[in-house]
Amino acid sequence: MTFELVCFYFFGAVAAIAALAVISVKNPVVAALNLVLTFFSMACVWLLAQAEFLAVALVLVYVGAVMVLFLFVVMMLDVDFAPVREGFVRFLPVGIVVAVVMLAEMLMMIGVRTLQVPVSADPAALAGMSNMGWLGRTLFRDFLLPFEVAALILTVGLIAAIPLTLRKRTGIKTQNPGRQVMVRREDRIRLVKMDAVKKGEATP
Amino acid sequence: MIDAMRDALFGYGDTGIVVWTVLKILAIAVPVIIAVAMFVYWERKVIGWMHVRMGPNQIGPFGLLQAFADVFKLLFKEVILPANSNKVLYYLAPMIALVPAFAAWSVIPFDVGMVLANVNVGLLLLLAMTSLGVYGIILAGWASNSRYAMLGAMRAAAQTVSYEIAMGFALVSVMIMTGSLNLTDIVLAQQGSKGFLDWYWLPLLPMFVIYFISGVAETNRAPFDVAEGESEIVAGFHVEYSGSAFAIFFLAEYANMILIAFLASVLFMGGWLSPLQGWISADVPWIDWLWKGGWQWTFIKAFVFSFFYLWFRASFPRYRYDQIMRLGWKVFIPITIVWVVVAACMKYYGIVTIGA
Repeated sequence: MTFELVCFYFFGAVAAIAALAVISVKNPVVAALNLVLTFFSMACVWLLAQAEFLAVALVLVYVGAVMVLFLFVVMMLDVDFAPVREGFVRFLPVGIVVAVVMLAEMLMMIGVRTLQVPVSADPAALAGMSNMGWLGRTLFRDFLLPFEVAALILTVGLIAAIPLTLRKRTGIKTQNPGRQVMVRREDRIRLVKMDAVKKGEATP
Repeated sequence: MIDAMRDALFGYGDTGIVVWTVLKILAIAVPVIIAVAMFVYWERKVIGWMHVRMGPNQIGPFGLLQAFADVFKLLFKEVILPANSNKVLYYLAPMIALVPAFAAWSVIPFDVGMVLANVNVGLLLLLAMTSLGVYGIILAGWASNSRYAMLGAMRAAAQTVSYEIAMGFALVSVMIMTGSLNLTDIVLAQQGSKGFLDWYWLPLLPMFVIYFISGVAETNRAPFDVAEGESEIVAGFHVEYSGSAFAIFFLAEYANMILIAFLASVLFMGGWLSPLQGWISADVPWIDWLWKGGWQWTFIKAFVFSFFYLWFRASFPRYRYDQIMRLGWKVFIPITIVWVVVAACMKYYGIVTIGA
């Protein structure tokens, strides 16, 4: 057994156990952290498969950004998850059926794929480039249009999500930091020049 | 001597390689820890001078042993577990904060070939590691079951996630210029005959400024230290921590600061390259690193940048929270997006020459 194989089994086992913990632990924060651990172990597995860009992107995007916001929400909401979990045992058979069907579908897909297309050599290695360089070249040269379309769709989705959740509340006072930063002395204070006035003298 | 030691260790096969790697890791981690201790002393001294005070001057010559006195005081203090806190996460949080702070050091090149892991995705790895550090802060805030700690954690999380975007764009512009994510390649691409004008700070000047300011915000340092704003939320996320657990947070924060200083010098200031490169070509033993470049320059530049941190702290009042958010989202991100396009054009039309 080589060192890489030991690493693969270790990370795979950690990922599987953490994934189980995500759906079985009581505390939602601990569940979210286990999801983080799952992502991280999967990134390590991908690193072993020499897909270093995918691995680091997974850590960067999912662990570094998405899960932080997720934890944020879970901590702020403070939802009582006990009623949500009540049906766990009752719906377990249905869940198992769904899981088995999904597993079968995945196995069929992978099986059919491997039958049709024999596993080819790593194209990056064939081109004599790093995984990263090959990916960049392929995405921005051969598949530029689909890549840009995907980016556009994501941007549209992002903008659409903002108007959907945006609500204008009336009757509240908010600060405008832009105006606060741009403020000049004249906006805050008015210096008036006037002659000194003596006591008893009539003001003009 | 070092080569002989490596060859002797490699003679033992896999075990030797592991031992050699551990030795290399220690050769980076131990100096980082000592640098953090001395940096704390330097910070107190510099801020003292700026406030026209003496700073620490009682323990050891010039107060030099103050840092170690502080460390031992913290280590011998009792770690208090707050009631109703989540025990596992409470003890896990400092470690989660520490690990990414040290892991990121593995890809920093100090000189040609003087790097622990010369990986192809070095820049991305750095981004990933710095973004992981926020977990320690969030968990500390949540697990210690305290309102103030929770507020500090929330602020820190929002701030770090926001400034990461501007920081990422700044790194993207460096990446576009170089065409590589490898940090050694990035430094070598700044070689040239025009001295310090060949470095990236000139074509990417707005990015350089934004990168460093984002780095200050990302490490939650003054003037962006609302995460621990003493006047508002006591001490933020680590208010319930004491003794060695607090010391670990401290260590992680300072290791991150020095890391950002090193990165600023590697990415925008030519790393180990000399500011006089290409102007002088004399061969003088001992001092020719001054114009030929060497690891000394990396450390000099990093020292200057870490000094900026202290300078900022002594000079600027704390930002208000909504102003921090505005600066990140409405000022930095638009500027960086525009400059990424500018950088791409500069690269495409060959305005900036890459490499010697």
